[in-house]
Amino acid sequence: MAAGLAVSIRGLTHHYAGQGAEEHALDDVALSVDRGVITGLAGPDGAGKTTLMRLMAGLLKPVSGEIEVLGLDPLHAASELHLRVGYMPQKFGLYEDLTVMENLVLYADLRGVTGAARQAQFERLLDFTDLHRFTGRLAGKLSGGMKQKLGLACTLVGQPELLLLDEPGVGVDPISRRELWRMVQALAADGMAVVWATAYLEEAERCDALCLMNAGRVIFAGAPGEQIARMRGRSVLACDIRGNRRHFLRRALGLPGVIDGVIQGDAVRLVLAEGQAPPVAELGEDAPRIVPVEPRLEDAFIDLVGGGPDGRSALAGTLAEVALPDHVDPEAVIRAHDLTRRFGDFVATDHVSFSVRRGEIFGLLGPNGAGKSTTFRMMCGLLAPTSGEAQVMGIDLKHSAPEARQNLGYMAQKFSLYGNLGVERNLRFFAGIYGLSGRSRDRKVAQMLESFELDRYRRTQAGELPLGFKQRLSLACALMHEPPLLFLDEPTSGVDPVTRREFWSHINALVDRGVTVMVTTHFMDEAEYCDRIGLVYRGRLIAVGPPDDLKRQVADAALPDPTFEDAFIRLIERDDAARAAAGGVP
Amino acid sequence: MWRRILTLIAKELAQLLSSRRNVAMLMMPLLVQLVVFPFATTLEVRSAAIAILNEDPGAEAVELVNRIAAASAFGTLHPVHSEAGLEQAIDAQKALLGLRIPPDFSRKLLEGTPVTVQALIDGRKSNAAQIAFSYIRGITSTFADERAGQVLPARIERRNLYNPNLDYKWFVLPSLVAIISTIGCLLVTALSLAREREEGTYDQLLVTPLTPGYIMVGKAVPGILVAMVQASVIAAAAVFLYGVPFTGQLWMLLLAMFAYALALSGVGLLISAISASQQQAFLGVFCFMVPSVVLSGYLAPVENMPAPLQMLSAVNPLTHFIALSKGIFLKGFGLAEVVPAVSALFAIAAVTLFVAHRVFDRQARS
Amino acid sequence: MTRTPHEGFSLRRLRALCIKETKQILRDPSSLLIAVLLPVVLLFIFGFGISLDTNRLSLGIVLEDQGVEAQRFAAVAAGSPYITPRFARTRAELATPMAEGALRGLIVIPPDFGARLAAGDGSARIQVLTDGSEPNTANFVASYAQGLFESWLHARADARGLSADPPVSLEPRYWFNPSTESRNFLIPGSIAVVMTIIGALLTSLVVAREWERGTMEALLATPVRRAELLLSKALPYYGLGLIAMAVCVVIAVVLMHVPLRGSIAMLFVATSLFLGSVLGIGLLLSTLTRNQFNAALAALNAAFLPAVMLSGLIFEISSMPAFVQAVTLIVPARYFVTVMQTLFQAGDIAAILLPNLLFLLVSALFWLGLTARRTRMRLDG
Repeated sequence: MAAGLAVSIRGLTHHYAGQGAEEHALDDVALSVDRGVITGLAGPDGAGKTTLMRLMAGLLKPVSGEIEVLGLDPLHAASELHLRVGYMPQKFGLYEDLTVMENLVLYADLRGVTGAARQAQFERLLDFTDLHRFTGRLAGKLSGGMKQKLGLACTLVGQPELLLLDEPGVGVDPISRRELWRMVQALAADGMAVVWATAYLEEAERCDALCLMNAGRVIFAGAPGEQIARMRGRSVLACDIRGNRRHFLRRALGLPGVIDGVIQGDAVRLVLAEGQAPPVAELGEDAPRIVPVEPRLEDAFIDLVGGGPDGRSALAGTLAEVALPDHVDPEAVIRAHDLTRRFGDFVATDHVSFSVRRGEIFGLLGPNGAGKSTTFRMMCGLLAPTSGEAQVMGIDLKHSAPEARQNLGYMAQKFSLYGNLGVERNLRFFAGIYGLSGRSRDRKVAQMLESFELDRYRRTQAGELPLGFKQRLSLACALMHEPPLLFLDEPTSGVDPVTRREFWSHINALVDRGVTVMVTTHFMDEAEYCDRIGLVYRGRLIAVGPPDDLKRQVADAALPDPTFEDAFIRLIERDDAARAAAGGVP
Repeated sequence: MWRRILTLIAKELAQLLSSRRNVAMLMMPLLVQLVVFPFATTLEVRSAAIAILNEDPGAEAVELVNRIAAASAFGTLHPVHSEAGLEQAIDAQKALLGLRIPPDFSRKLLEGTPVTVQALIDGRKSNAAQIAFSYIRGITSTFADERAGQVLPARIERRNLYNPNLDYKWFVLPSLVAIISTIGCLLVTALSLAREREEGTYDQLLVTPLTPGYIMVGKAVPGILVAMVQASVIAAAAVFLYGVPFTGQLWMLLLAMFAYALALSGVGLLISAISASQQQAFLGVFCFMVPSVVLSGYLAPVENMPAPLQMLSAVNPLTHFIALSKGIFLKGFGLAEVVPAVSALFAIAAVTLFVAHRVFDRQARS
Repeated sequence: MTRTPHEGFSLRRLRALCIKETKQILRDPSSLLIAVLLPVVLLFIFGFGISLDTNRLSLGIVLEDQGVEAQRFAAVAAGSPYITPRFARTRAELATPMAEGALRGLIVIPPDFGARLAAGDGSARIQVLTDGSEPNTANFVASYAQGLFESWLHARADARGLSADPPVSLEPRYWFNPSTESRNFLIPGSIAVVMTIIGALLTSLVVAREWERGTMEALLATPVRRAELLLSKALPYYGLGLIAMAVCVVIAVVLMHVPLRGSIAMLFVATSLFLGSVLGIGLLLSTLTRNQFNAALAALNAAFLPAVMLSGLIFEISSMPAFVQAVTLIVPARYFVTVMQTLFQAGDIAAILLPNLLFLLVSALFWLGLTARRTRMRLDG
């Protein structure tokens, strides 16, 4: 086992060509990466993670500071460095029009891995990633999780001593994320140095070493356990909440002693300020049971950046209560009945039925390629069902789509506003599209600019906004016409914890006003915000219910208190087992 | 609903003009083409090189050579001394045309016996060489008539209608009004929609109450505006910079521009309807534009084409617009001439827009 | 493990990258479309669409005089294989077709034609009115009218038993392309346009695509060298260009009967040098913009339009004003058009080929060199 330092960085400062010298992408960064461990590089969007990764990979020239990777200067010994470092960029760097094997062969040739060594490595990598069955498939036809594994395999050809992974978990379902983690752990155990960049602190928490970054600076370096230990006693769970848990959360966040809080199924998880006792006096009446729980790295991060948002949404004051027309059943403002969609022979959505109540948050979860997006797109009228019905507000999308659409707000997974137009222009555009004009349009745009604190970015091109503000702008545009229904497609993918909380406080405010929300997600903390979850697998809805119900369904002696991720994985495994028993097909 | 469409149009224009780079992308090619093309795209023969093998030492032959040298169509005269020299000069493209004046030229001319001058024509550039040949034929026959002292019973009197001096720019600029505005319009209609699809904003529009029909109008109007602005710039430059006469009615030209731009936006939308990506849309625009320019009658007369291509030319909007533009600029077109061509453009627009709408609508429902 | 830490240029890596690029070409229907279908279509369109040989002109013959000589002229016109005459008694009858361009010109025999002719003082006139809005056609009309006029003189002289041979006649002899079909010089020239499309337009997309899809970042993190990267982009498209060239030559020679007098070897050398230039331009634009849309648009303006307009393919360079002629000097298609026209119709004529090939070589080195200089092996700069 090769122990010792793989990367050593001191006083590293960098800014990009377009940036002024005072706007640092990286500001006086120091970092050490050891061999044989996974080093997490965590922090919000714009913290400088990707810049740091690129500097380590010799793809950028630093403005100042020292950087030594595997004993080499990444800038001047780039070609030697590239033989010994594996770097997986955010989009995995795969050629989608080449097959799995062709991608592997290409990278093997580029890294000089030939002959018997190549055969042996391919054998091992294909075993490792379980891609043996797919060697002839085009990389573009792989699911997100398989792409990620192939990306890793390509990066590992040539047995690099240092592995750099830039946000490998984004857009990938929990099962694939777990597998990836296991693989990388095995590599580190063999002595490889691994750097894993992520905006998700639950990923960072599992790393052996941690470097927390914020706004170009390192705010903590050490073992994640140190941070978690520091928070001990400050994380509590408020259970058996009487009344609305969203209201409870808002009230709790308003207390001076509470720095952070999230909804976790039926309960609410709170983080207390240093030295604070649980606020039993203030909250005890609504939550008879406030119990201490194991702190998380995320708690520590929120603490380090000075506390999370206060849970209040400036939106709340501006919204009117959603009034349903008489003919709409409040128990089924969104309704899918026997919804089926085929693409050729492939059944993407297979007889799915569900309905969503007014003011409910309904989540669609499922592994990549399970049919959750297809279902979602049919519900907002972007895709016509092959058979069955999709109704919103009692209107069949097949018959009077424009009418139905006036009722819904939609936020796409990818940022899809006009990137080359200013923030205000985007807002004015969507206001106009939804039929606002003249003074009411001006008023609405001004309101949105204020509610989402977009005022200072008024003239900034939307494409240049920081990710968090892009998110706000997308939501603002989707809400321009005060729709009673809101469709969110993986709304906070790749977004840091603070921004995620902020986003959900807006959603909570909307739901309070009777807005109904339908959301797809890969992330378990988002799933916990939902009132009910529909789990989609192989085109079918295999489970529906509140998150805590689904957790209870899978709890057993071995795992008395499963997380939602555990529930997700077990339910899918059960479905696989049931199918195998029924049809003998694996 | 018209307010929503206005919103779409305003957005499209804001995007087009959002950065200096975009404006430059729209205007730079326009300016360069406006400066270079009127001078470059000429089929005139000017300062062409001629090789002369003069085997006749007589005065008549020298006089003929001098007359050719004086013509503006011809620049350098290369004297050569053998038949082989003549052929080499053409081989090496030192001369477009070779003339061989026989030894008995002067004698026969004075005797009144018919005499033949041989002209060697470079077939590689047959158009230019043929034009040069006809110039020389004019010079020799005038020369011969004078020398022979023979009075022809009649003469030909030539007058060039619409363009008395056959100024090439008068021909090129009205055609450029049509050709250059084509690129801008197709860019806005075909490519911007493909980009919206790629960037996901098209989905964002489809979940609003807008139907594909409205979205099409929202793309077509900016396309038409861009085409009309570009066409007007070139038309103004034609009149004020290049001195091309404008004999028709301004409103007729604007009507023709509108009809053309409408037809073109139909084509652009159709292209965007069937392409999945910007790259495909770009190829589509390219595959439409090149044949449309070639078959428009701008590069070569339509009646020279084989019948199937003539039919294609008849459904090519550019053919009609070039005819209209030239007619309104140079020929003082009245309603009688404008109406049929404009109707043809509207017909093309109706068909393309209808089909594009069908395709979009079907996609939105799939 | 076969790992040499400080190897320089590696053929193995180059080969791997070339194979990758080739597979991508073969799997992308649009690149095959450009490489095979587009040449065929363009060649046909150029070959048949641009015919500068005016075969039959529609002319109006206005007989304002109905006398014997006017009738004789009408008979000559009716018998001419070169024109499609349309007869009328007044100009007004033909004004509309003339304005619409249905008639390319009018030949008017004025009312006093017969009388003046009888007077024998040479004052009789035949008016030729051409459509000046198309100067090239107008010249053809004038020249055809001259021909009719001479035929009429002959017919008149014959009827009187006289000889009407002109004192000096000009006898044309065609050197190359004896049938004077414009197709024979337009097709070789349009092959240059097709090659420009393949070279510049297609490659303008390839580097930008790697940047857009994020594969460039992964590639740069491997030991790949600048020369390998550049050659791996150029070589497969060079191959594609040669295939398209072969397709073009076969179509031109076999289907369109354009004679090919030069040697295949020379054709190969010229094509290679020209592809070097256009590949260089395409790759340079792609490298600079890192954006497919802008790169393609730039390629359209910087490579395609000049190849059509400024190469001498249709428009004679020597007729352009000096500043435009100066611009054509940096258009590689200009040299290639000349080479192609010479190779097809004249053969391997060193006096023309050598200087043009030299220019093509310089241009190829210039563009490829500039691309190499601007290719960065890092994400910044």
